[in-house]
Amino acid sequence: MSEAINTDWVTITVDGQEMQARKGAMLIEVTDRENIHVPRFCYHKKLSVAANCRMCLVEVEKAPKPLPACATPVMDGMVVHTRSDYARAAQHSVMEFLLINHPLDCPICDQGGECELQDVAMGYGNDVSQYVEGKRVVLDKSIGPLISTELTRCIHCTRCVRFGEEIAGVRELGMTSRGEHARIATYIQEAVTSEMSGNVIDICPVGALTAKPSRFAARAWEMTQHPSIAAHDCVGSNIFVHTLRNKVIRVVPRDNEAINEAWISDRDRFSYEALQSEQRLRTPMLKQNGEWLEVDWDTALEFSAKALKSVVEEHGGDKILALLSPNSTTEELYLAQKLMRALGCGNIDHRLRQSDFSDQDEAPVMPWLGQNIEDLSNLDAALLVGANVRKEQPIVAHRLRQAAIKRDAQIHLLNTREYPHHFPLASNTAVAQQHLVSHLAAIAKTALAVSKHDVPNYLKKIIAAAASETSYREIVAQLTKAENSTVFLGEQAAMHPDFSVLRSLAAVIAEQTGSRLGYLSAGANAAGAWLAGAVPHRGAAGKTDAVRGEHLGHLGLINPVACFLLNVEPELDVANAHALLSAIADDKLIVAMTAFTSPALLATADLLLPIATFAETSGTYVNAEGFWQSFAGCIAPAGEARPAWKVLRVLGNVLGLSGFDYMSSEQVRDELRELCSAIELDNSVPDTVSLELTATSDTLMRAGDVPMYSGDAILRRAPSLQKTVDAQTLCVRINSKQANQLGVAEETSVILKQNELSASLPLVIDDSIPDACCWIPLAVGGSEALGAPFGNVSLSKV
Amino acid sequence: MKALKHFIKSFTLWELLKGLSVTGRYFFSRKITVQYPEEKTPQSPRFRGLHALRRYANGEERCIACKLCEAVCPALAITIDSEEREDGTRRTTRYDIDLFKCIYCGFCEEACPVDSIVETHIFEYHFEERGTQIMTKQMLLEIGDQHEAEIAANRQADARYR
Repeated sequence: MSEAINTDWVTITVDGQEMQARKGAMLIEVTDRENIHVPRFCYHKKLSVAANCRMCLVEVEKAPKPLPACATPVMDGMVVHTRSDYARAAQHSVMEFLLINHPLDCPICDQGGECELQDVAMGYGNDVSQYVEGKRVVLDKSIGPLISTELTRCIHCTRCVRFGEEIAGVRELGMTSRGEHARIATYIQEAVTSEMSGNVIDICPVGALTAKPSRFAARAWEMTQHPSIAAHDCVGSNIFVHTLRNKVIRVVPRDNEAINEAWISDRDRFSYEALQSEQRLRTPMLKQNGEWLEVDWDTALEFSAKALKSVVEEHGGDKILALLSPNSTTEELYLAQKLMRALGCGNIDHRLRQSDFSDQDEAPVMPWLGQNIEDLSNLDAALLVGANVRKEQPIVAHRLRQAAIKRDAQIHLLNTREYPHHFPLASNTAVAQQHLVSHLAAIAKTALAVSKHDVPNYLKKIIAAAASETSYREIVAQLTKAENSTVFLGEQAAMHPDFSVLRSLAAVIAEQTGSRLGYLSAGANAAGAWLAGAVPHRGAAGKTDAVRGEHLGHLGLINPVACFLLNVEPELDVANAHALLSAIADDKLIVAMTAFTSPALLATADLLLPIATFAETSGTYVNAEGFWQSFAGCIAPAGEARPAWKVLRVLGNVLGLSGFDYMSSEQVRDELRELCSAIELDNSVPDTVSLELTATSDTLMRAGDVPMYSGDAILRRAPSLQKTVDAQTLCVRINSKQANQLGVAEETSVILKQNELSASLPLVIDDSIPDACCWIPLAVGGSEALGAPFGNVSLSKV
Repeated sequence: MKALKHFIKSFTLWELLKGLSVTGRYFFSRKITVQYPEEKTPQSPRFRGLHALRRYANGEERCIACKLCEAVCPALAITIDSEEREDGTRRTTRYDIDLFKCIYCGFCEEACPVDSIVETHIFEYHFEERGTQIMTKQMLLEIGDQHEAEIAANRQADARYR
């Protein structure tokens, strides 16, 4: 990894072949570029050079010793032999040394068949070892539920150690002792907790670190590799899905320099486990007289068509509520909204966790990142509002980390809780969610003051209520000074009860400081959902002449008679699940297209249609930068489940609607793409919005986020992810000051009262929580019994 | 000259005698016909018949689910599923050999790093229904258990050539 790119070129000769190389580049980079194979273990193109395996020794003329290609900068006129007898002898000797202690357990090693040591030993090893002494044995460590260790196999390349320091940003694995006693270990037991930790499995050249969930499940050579797109965040990481006999065995990253480089998050890597979940819905199920019956597709589709039709005829289409998951593919979202609008229903939404929709008509056609993902590494300053980027979009956090470390980018966080980050932050402010607006207003006020602009009328009231914080001058100064700067609105900003105000303030800050405005949206395909028209106020491609409906905030206005759910678990995927569940309770018609059953679906729904998950369907995800990435299915759907776009297409036919005669998902995509061809991405907010502030107070108010492994139905059913420290259960977190005031102690239960609802919850004292804030995670089991995710609450002793 | 030779051969029934001499030779030579099934021909220790899975002396199955036999099988007759057993070792949960596909080439034996899958001397078996030709792990282990002494002796006899 050459830090600064040198523009001087030198000529070197490798194996008699003359080639140009950048001055200062390492020899191995040049040979790799020219497809000259030099064996290596410790060198990795994304990590720093360690030169400790010595496998890449080559002969350089006029050098007294063989030199490691990974740590030898090219020089003009250098003559290198990678395959001379001298170089070969050196490589053979190193191989022999490495094999002294490596166990011969390839038949039971999960790396067998894709092992770099195996491959290189085939080329450079001897068939019989000269050594008869005992081999070194290292006891295995338990380092968490995702990675299994077999440390006797370790060859001390330290790739995992460097990965931790340079990419994951946490020093979790390290090498202790020296020589014969050197070993890789965690500093603390069970301590590998990075959200990117799974990548050490890929970079380990031997079988010392392997994937625990797929341990011993398949061999490398028997799996089929399918390119796909990760389905859990707005980055759209490129992945390979490895399958064997119609079962997903594992997921590994697919290199894409523009998006995820060579990494993926653990969330994308291990979520596939849910595909085999016991809660998987395998046949259509129809509820008759309170009993669930397994039915065939014809019956199920006939029933849903008839039932939807009768609702439309008796009550009108506007009495249907359609909730679509932002993790559905663009094709599914497009067809679902097309079907619903054809029935006269405009109450379509994918913004299931949003609570403030007041400026939706001014919202961009597709809220996007404001730049390419690749450009995030080139930021000089950024302000993230309501974003726990490290856990919510680990790949974005990795890019920001590169910017912070390599370019000394000044990154500021303004959150409702102090989140630890793995890169240097210029500031990390946590304020209670009811004060978030006033603090952002203080930044906006400073920005306006610095740029000597008057406060625009529509913001006057809000800026007048700004917090009297003066320390934000630095943020504004850095955003203004920076060449590349962005103000990001994260997932929690979008959930905030004053999202419209936050949006306007962020836009003003961006405008006044010459920064971009970017959104880090929740779900894999929120961008695609906006384009597909999965919003009540706009049709596909942002067309405003489509059938209009009410958003989720107006649940009372809709007063739904029927509810159509696509990939949505009503108890966990919706902000105010309690309100939704009571609105659709009783004898409402509920048709759910879902891959899994859930208690609420079984209790409330009338028809469950089994659909395919991301690995089983073809489709397209549009990532935060607006990049359309299509993928094909990797395996056949479980049981009788079918890709959702096919179900929606046939449902359209059964309902007798026109325009549902698609033959492939590509046809659906192309139709939408055609509609979207004229869209230019623009995040700017017009100054015509009318902003209303919700009441703020200094009393205890509830706030919360969606824990990273609770974001969607698949994640919640991935057993290994649920065993990690990032998986959370329902509890109340308050800081110690608050706890003292209330006179409650850790590890007790408290009674939480919110309006007429109350629940007894375990208490955790956590000083990352700001004052006047009571932090309760969303989308975890039991959270549906509580009320709105924000609002006044009171805590009392049991 | 040629015609003359032919003439003599024809009249002395030379060809007939030549044929009868073969008959006569076999008539008086040692008989190799065996009265199968009462009698059986001897078998080489390398004979490749019905498969078996072996165990170690302590009763532990040898197979470690490395799937090398599955990979090497030219007829794709072997299907293996594997997982981590409770004690942390790598084991098969399924080991099926489809005897209709198998061509008895013995590659599986050759590939096995722990001498687990072997081919025994058994060649007298039949199937009356489709589906029963699939030998499961349990069946294979049972065959191994029944014939372990003989299998071990055969491996021993062949060890110096391997």
